[in-house]
Amino acid sequence: MNTRLLWTAFVTIVVKEIRRFTRIWVQTLLPPAITMTLYFIIFGNLIGSRIGDMGGFDYMEYIVPGLIMMSVITNSYGNVVSSFFGTKFQRNIEELLVSPVPNWVILAGYVIGGASRGLGVGFIVTLLSLFFTDLQIHHLFVTIAVVLLTAILFALGGFINAVYAKTFDDIAIVPTFILTPLTYLGGVFYSIQLLPGFWQGVSQLNPILYMVNSFRYGILGVSDINIGFAFAMIIGFIVLLGGYAMHLLNTGKGIRE
Amino acid sequence: MTTALSIQDLRKVYGNSFEALKGITLDVQQGDFFALLGPNGAGKSTTLGIVSSLVNKTSGKVKVFGYDLDTQLAQAKQCLGVVPQEFNFNPFEKVLDIVVTQAGYYGIPRKQATERAETYLRKLGLWDKRNERARMLSGGMKRRLMIARALVHEPKLLILDEPTAGVDIELRRSMWDFLTEINAAGTTIILTTHYLEEAESLCRNIAIIDHGSIIQDTSMKALLQKLDTETFILDLKDDFTELPELNGYVIRPRDAHTLEVDVPKSQGLNELFKFLAEQGMEVTSMRNKANRLEELFVSLVDKNLKQERA
Repeated sequence: MNTRLLWTAFVTIVVKEIRRFTRIWVQTLLPPAITMTLYFIIFGNLIGSRIGDMGGFDYMEYIVPGLIMMSVITNSYGNVVSSFFGTKFQRNIEELLVSPVPNWVILAGYVIGGASRGLGVGFIVTLLSLFFTDLQIHHLFVTIAVVLLTAILFALGGFINAVYAKTFDDIAIVPTFILTPLTYLGGVFYSIQLLPGFWQGVSQLNPILYMVNSFRYGILGVSDINIGFAFAMIIGFIVLLGGYAMHLLNTGKGIRE
Repeated sequence: MTTALSIQDLRKVYGNSFEALKGITLDVQQGDFFALLGPNGAGKSTTLGIVSSLVNKTSGKVKVFGYDLDTQLAQAKQCLGVVPQEFNFNPFEKVLDIVVTQAGYYGIPRKQATERAETYLRKLGLWDKRNERARMLSGGMKRRLMIARALVHEPKLLILDEPTAGVDIELRRSMWDFLTEINAAGTTIILTTHYLEEAESLCRNIAIIDHGSIIQDTSMKALLQKLDTETFILDLKDDFTELPELNGYVIRPRDAHTLEVDVPKSQGLNELFKFLAEQGMEVTSMRNKANRLEELFVSLVDKNLKQERA
């Protein structure tokens, strides 16, 4: 396929994915908006007013970047894992497999589709946060780059999960038992400076800590970690997961008999 | 003449060590309407699955219009349209979107894809349903939707895996007309079906696959000539009291006024009718007990089974 044909195929997949999650917006866009509004009201306003400052900022201001990032992570991952597994389950993955679309375009289409939902939800949550606090972006490039790369990384993770999944339980296990705990313990609600030394060390093994903190750095200008290292780590994980996802597609794991 | 599909020594062993294909070799010429028949589990769907890249082969070569699946996969896929046995579209998508999206996977721009989708949806009687979700369609409409989807990139080779399963007779015949029309326009068609009347009516060449091996690969005409006996059912005007006996024919009673007769091709029907008339038996109607191809198919598969057991 020449570049024009590849581009048409890529856009087709992305548009199909975006149409899917916007068609079922009650399941995909509304729940995170409601959940995050409740977080803002309960943790930010009600409890946050008693907590006081965190990292030199009002508690509401401190948690907003983490909550935006949490939405981006869970929705990027959730979109690809459910969409690609659904495609496998309903066997309409065969529509793609019989066509001349190369595997890298299939992967790119699903990942960008998933990242679009993550970023879309992130944008909605950002708009909602403006009802509770003033957001001033400290470093625009860092903010945009880190949220974009994180959305891509977790969309890749969702894709790999979907390839291995054989039942609907399999697409819920990783988000419930791995992703959610890591996100909650990844400094969304607190600075790891509050933890004893040992637990600070343990927290630094959590990759989500680096994404949340670098995004918080982009918005507030404060971080518990080194931003350069965080970028290197995110890009490293993207290369690793992207390569592995391509390997799975090329060998037909879970999609070809 | 160009070979539309060339399969050489194709083998498939599944993970559970089941050998689904035992080295089959098959050629389908451009413009052909080709039947690939076989009992359930014979290897038909595995063969078509490998050709359409849904199943990984164990060994062997497959070429579509000269493009090798191992080295020129994208070119081979451009030539191929596939209508699978099971419904495999997203039931929550609209009919038009399903066809237009499929065109997009082949690099066809949206405007052109929409025009082509309209053409094929109209031809298949689905244009009025274009804005319906696919799950709302009847079984026959879903089959036609899969045909429209497979044709939207205008493939040179169309593979149909039981396209008329569960479709009523009227619709089946209209689908036959449509397939005959696109075959006449130049599309090579490979068909698998359990309706042998369908294969006999539509296809010029035929291969029969059983237990992973090709047991027949010939023209429909040559295959039907192998049939040395046909069974007819004769309805008599009056009840018979004694079962007639005629040398060379096997006559069995079905009920008091119906006979089942095995007629050897060498002897024909004239002698039988003459004999029955002499016996004072008036035949009011006559029909084949089974489709001719069906009789051959059953005998070939039975023979193959006996050979395998031996």
